[in-house]
Amino acid sequence: MMHRGVLGTLLGSLLLPAPRSLLAQDTTAGKVAYEKWCAGCHGDGGAGDGPGAAAMLPRPRDFTLGIYQIRLTATGELPTDADIRRVIDEGIPGTAMPGWRRQLSESERRDLVAYLKSLSTFFADTSLRPVPLAFGHPPGGGAEAERIGRQFYDSIGCRKCHGDAGRGDGPSAPTLEDDAGLPIFAADLTQGWLFNGGPSVEEIYRRLRTGLDGTPMPTFSDLLDQQFLTDEELWRLAQYVHSISPARAPAVRDVVHAPPWSGPLPADPGDSAWAGVEAYWFPLVGQVVRRPRWFTPAITGIWVQAVHTADSLALRLVWNDRSESPDTTWLAFAGKVLTSVAGDDTVPPTPQAWPDQVAVQFPARTATGMERPYFLMGSPSDPVYQWRWASAAGGRSVAGLARGLERFDTLPGPIAARAAYDRGQWRVVFTRSLATADTVNQLQFDAAQAIPMAFFAWDGSNGEHGSRMALSTWYFLALDTPTPPGALAAPVVAMGLTLGLGLVVVRRAQRRARNTR
Amino acid sequence: MSKRGTAAAFGAVLLALGVAGRGGEAAQAGGTVTGRVKFTGAKPTMRRIDMSEETACAAKHATPPTEESVVVNANGTLANVFVYVKSGLPAAYKAPARSTPVVIDQDGCRYEPHVFGIMVGQPLHIKNSDPLLHNIKSKGRANRPFNISQPNVTRSPTVRTFSAAEVMVSLECNVHGWMQAYAGVVAHPFFAVTGADGTFSLKGLPPGTYTIEAWHERYGVQTVTVTIAGTETKTTELTFAAK
Repeated sequence: MMHRGVLGTLLGSLLLPAPRSLLAQDTTAGKVAYEKWCAGCHGDGGAGDGPGAAAMLPRPRDFTLGIYQIRLTATGELPTDADIRRVIDEGIPGTAMPGWRRQLSESERRDLVAYLKSLSTFFADTSLRPVPLAFGHPPGGGAEAERIGRQFYDSIGCRKCHGDAGRGDGPSAPTLEDDAGLPIFAADLTQGWLFNGGPSVEEIYRRLRTGLDGTPMPTFSDLLDQQFLTDEELWRLAQYVHSISPARAPAVRDVVHAPPWSGPLPADPGDSAWAGVEAYWFPLVGQVVRRPRWFTPAITGIWVQAVHTADSLALRLVWNDRSESPDTTWLAFAGKVLTSVAGDDTVPPTPQAWPDQVAVQFPARTATGMERPYFLMGSPSDPVYQWRWASAAGGRSVAGLARGLERFDTLPGPIAARAAYDRGQWRVVFTRSLATADTVNQLQFDAAQAIPMAFFAWDGSNGEHGSRMALSTWYFLALDTPTPPGALAAPVVAMGLTLGLGLVVVRRAQRRARNTR
Repeated sequence: MSKRGTAAAFGAVLLALGVAGRGGEAAQAGGTVTGRVKFTGAKPTMRRIDMSEETACAAKHATPPTEESVVVNANGTLANVFVYVKSGLPAAYKAPARSTPVVIDQDGCRYEPHVFGIMVGQPLHIKNSDPLLHNIKSKGRANRPFNISQPNVTRSPTVRTFSAAEVMVSLECNVHGWMQAYAGVVAHPFFAVTGADGTFSLKGLPPGTYTIEAWHERYGVQTVTVTIAGTETKTTELTFAAK
């Protein structure tokens, strides 16, 4: 079959004008690979309606429409073969689409490109030959470039969807829909590692030029043609957008170290002291273990910081959330999410103005050994100790014991929590004394051992409530103790001794070598 | 897209100058189908649009703006109905694209016009009269899409063309979720959109039997069959009922 394909292509290129030879490509091999690896999400006919599709937002690409999001061609144009191939190879960050470079062979990936093109009639139209745009190179960046870029961010209206701080919380964000009429988030521009088209300045600039077809994101190329913006100014905008994300995806570390703290704990989430405290990033995923499951969480992760004094602990949680729930302007959005994502209910829940919530979980007692309660809120026989905070009615916080998802017993006395919302971001600080009177139900924080810790978060405006939530696995909290002066001196002394001893040994060996010569 | 559009428009201009004269309209000889689109039943209430986020747009409206999906005229007719010849033209019938552009303006955070007809290859000039960001996204199935940003009042319009007949291509602004327009793209000049009097007129039809379709964004389609012989004028009436 392959031979015939190659022969056909050769003959075709001899007899017909160039575009036709593309049509002669054999799609049989690509179909085999497609049915094995792609159809589960993209569907047998390529309409983006495979068995896995309903659990995803945004949905898998519908290849029959011939509309591709990540391209180097102008808006409305078809992608080039290289565009399709790049997405197959590298996947789309921030979505369910993985890269296939390791999974599939070179020829399989090439055959897939040919097959995908056969799914839309547009590719057979020889008048629509896609040509990549010319992009040039970025001018030198820096703080001044980013300052200029920020001016354009404001003046051309990026903030309408992406928000003032870039967290995807602009005034138009709650009404955004993709071409299929499904709710879609404006990208959180502070999480570059999740950008669909990649986080580099070049990649951001390319998305500004090409737009993201199928989504609300338009092209800004026409503004260059009309001399509304110069190419350099558009690069400045890309440089600004690039500057508001970390240089790379935050590394996930297992242990949150809480350094010792002198003076009063920074109980205010806006306390500038937090800027000097190490922050740890933990990714969150949808709760898909227990019904009703949740496949499309809005909160991608949470930053955690902790400090402690001799008798108290402060834990700050920071996470991005596009709305300060309960917020009725997002009611319709929540309703669309709940009806468009596959769920376990026969009738999707009616959207309500649910609050935003967060929970921190510890074992009820520090255990010896590695045994920990079930990560998903414990079990009837092995409960977990939780701090829960909700944004409803000015914010409320409780401590309690969870015995599985269904049962939460509030413990007497509130857990101190203070929260602040700022332009698409929640910051909540919990404080508690290390030791409490109720040693049976409440965890006693002990500096001598690492304490298991896990996180849960709910975005009310995304329809999240109950078991529809984002969660983490177990991590650890360690209360670091002040280092005694001896601990610092000992390694230095040991190093000195080792060095001296080494020198003596070397000298002797050299002397012996000289003597024997 | 825009380059091809310009080329097509240029070609059409040449053709028009050579064949049909100024304006490039199809020859006016032939028959005419005229009529009106009636509306029966209770007129639905149009929801108020909250433009408080865009003060520059809100200031352009003397009365609070409402949605435009159903506009019932004082004489009981329906506006914004796209009426066109759906079928019946001779197989060999070919009409050059009109060179006169159709202009769509974004003014006061609304599209003007809300519904329009355009020929395949006829230039569409996209204007923004608002001092703020609109994106205009075209969503068709037979036509390639586009999604263009216009962050301020345009000095010169953006030009696009449609390459295939399609009733309708949807145009929308994602910054302002209420902004919605519809383009009826056809390969011939026999189309009209009802206005404040609810009437339409399709002129210059060659003899034949035609299916005339009327499309409305909320009430769907109505069709009527009309036979034209020579230069006569046939009058017809279509009715949409409230749902």
